[in-house]
Amino acid sequence: MKILIKNGRLVDPSQNLDDNLDVLVDDGVINAIDHDIQSSDADLIDARGMFVTPGLIDMHVHLRDPGQEYKEDITSGTRAAAAGGFTSVACMPNTEPVNDNLATTDYILQKARICGVVNVFPVAAISKGLKGESLTEMGELKEGGCVAFSDDGHWVSNGDLMRRALEYAGLFDVPLISHAENFSISGKGVMNEGFVATELGLRGIPWVAEDAAVYRDVALAEFSGSRLHICHISTRGTVEIIRTAKARGVRVSCDVTPHHLTLTEEAVRGYNTNAKMNPPLRTAEDLEALYQGLRDGTIDAIATDHAPHHRDDKNVEFDRALNGIVGLETALPLVLMLVDKGAFSLNTALAALTTAPARILSLPRGSLKKGGVADITIFDPEKQWQVDSERFLSKSRNTPFEGWTLKGRVSRTLVAGKTVFQDLES
Amino acid sequence: MAFSHKHILGTAQLSTDDISLILDTAESFKEINQRDIKKVPTLRGRTVINLFFEASTRTRVSFEIAEKRLSADSINISASTSSVVKGETLEDTARNLEAMRPDIIVIRHSASGAPHYLAERVNAAIVNAGDGAHEHPSQALLDLMTIREHKGSLKGLNVAIIGDITHSRVARSNILALKKMGASVRLLAPGTMMPPGIEKTGARVFTRMEDCLDGADVVMMLRIQLERQGNTLIPSVREYARFFGLNRSNLKCAKPDALVMHPGPINRGVEITSDVADGDQNVILEQVENGVAVRMALLYLISGESVSET
Repeated sequence: MKILIKNGRLVDPSQNLDDNLDVLVDDGVINAIDHDIQSSDADLIDARGMFVTPGLIDMHVHLRDPGQEYKEDITSGTRAAAAGGFTSVACMPNTEPVNDNLATTDYILQKARICGVVNVFPVAAISKGLKGESLTEMGELKEGGCVAFSDDGHWVSNGDLMRRALEYAGLFDVPLISHAENFSISGKGVMNEGFVATELGLRGIPWVAEDAAVYRDVALAEFSGSRLHICHISTRGTVEIIRTAKARGVRVSCDVTPHHLTLTEEAVRGYNTNAKMNPPLRTAEDLEALYQGLRDGTIDAIATDHAPHHRDDKNVEFDRALNGIVGLETALPLVLMLVDKGAFSLNTALAALTTAPARILSLPRGSLKKGGVADITIFDPEKQWQVDSERFLSKSRNTPFEGWTLKGRVSRTLVAGKTVFQDLES
Repeated sequence: MAFSHKHILGTAQLSTDDISLILDTAESFKEINQRDIKKVPTLRGRTVINLFFEASTRTRVSFEIAEKRLSADSINISASTSSVVKGETLEDTARNLEAMRPDIIVIRHSASGAPHYLAERVNAAIVNAGDGAHEHPSQALLDLMTIREHKGSLKGLNVAIIGDITHSRVARSNILALKKMGASVRLLAPGTMMPPGIEKTGARVFTRMEDCLDGADVVMMLRIQLERQGNTLIPSVREYARFFGLNRSNLKCAKPDALVMHPGPINRGVEITSDVADGDQNVILEQVENGVAVRMALLYLISGESVSET
């Protein structure tokens, strides 16, 4: 079956393309990219006024499946991804049971095949049970389809274990993903340490809790020569540490979330539990450093850290609320808003959502090159819409962007040439 | 002058006029507490629930006496007897209490923002009796009342607040209220107990006891929480007392008529020596006395126009 996407503006950072080009898809594969392609037997998609890009890749989501299906499952989570323009997601291992064994990996991949609508790439745990004590069977897990290892949310505080994990994973050329937080420094903090926390009487998490962990992780990556990815970075210090490490040739990469690029600690005022996440929202100065990091290539990727939580987990005292927010269905327009503001270029933004995560996770995706898988996102950059969490395809509603008017809406998402989401209002 | 607030969540919400009105009203109620028959019918038929999720003797008793002297029906709930131990959420607790139609809920909670959470979810008026390290407005107001009684006015006074500022809701409420009323606020704490950015409130941060006390009109000592000593904040109580404790010798740096205050409970020999705590300049028990009057004033003012006049 052929599909012809006509009249769109094609932006593909993997080929340095930004031009009015048509795309011909044949049997789920990119068959041609050219000006004014004609085909008599293809289904036509008119992308006039739209951007056509490689399918977006979110390298950090929580699908909550198995174990917490009341928050999200693979069925709902992949539909939320498709609605947000994502054709691939990498799901974190903090499920119940933890994805630290082949049986759980198999379950995730099988359910994704049967119920999912986008590609699901499991990330397995670094340590059994996320306990930071002993390594998982990384070789078997990689063979079974896991694309990275992470104890996300639980920094591997034992330096020797992290060293061994890097050395061992290096053998299989799979990156370790580190949630860099020195818990002995962050303690019982619930938001960024600073004047807002002082005013609200909330315990703070100082930036040094992140920076100190990044320093150690980067040093161990340099020592081992293995690949390290620092996820959801939030401080200007981290940007600087990674910038200088990259300059020395350390094999380190990192990502940042759309919310850490758009919100500051001020969002917590009023004890808004949908502004509670880990790492916490920081300051305007940190945001500027993150923009600079994206502009100069220090920050490779943008990932949502999509963290669905039930209303009951958020509708409590701030101290007791769980960390995290949903992000899949608001990520693209938030990033486009920053492009509009001039924080970084469109090409930088899309590279961070396509080629960069594909490269880090070694996925043969994130590109519209001829012969590649036809994972394609088509979006209307001008369409305005108001965030109404009741209309999310995710099971959860925990967003700090409720009621925001955003510009840019996914029109259609294709995975291997098959339409998995279509905006019926367009 | 009208009082426009439904809830008392913190001194942050109060204007200088609000604070003056509260203190003036408290002055008028203070006389009731000195009568033989200490009861007026002002809040007759009103139901007040004292919902205490954290241990408290002074504040809870003070609120309860204030309520009873205004003839309100008061009910006390403490965490140990409540359904919290059965795992009920704060929202469910609030909604169940709400169904019994109380007029006012006085809440103390270890989580900052808990009173604000309740205020958004119930119809009753909420009075914050201390939330986490955030605010303790009635304590600050009784402190202001005590200072005003002695000094006539708050404007231009130098008030030193010394102790664990980071974890102190009393300090936060006092800094905000004192600054609004035109006082200068000085702060002293070990570096581990001084919250970041506090100088943005307009308070001045000091590092030496003698400098902080120099020329002070009021010295407000904060309780050092001995139960936190598993923590890494100070090396020892002994060292704390030496560098941050108030004693007869360093008190001489303050003005000769400086007031010595403490919100209680006191750790004698730690943040304050006994001779100073019991000395001529101390007004600690006046603070407690004024607490009842201030709380009567707060309950009266948020009950609006429909209450019967005293």
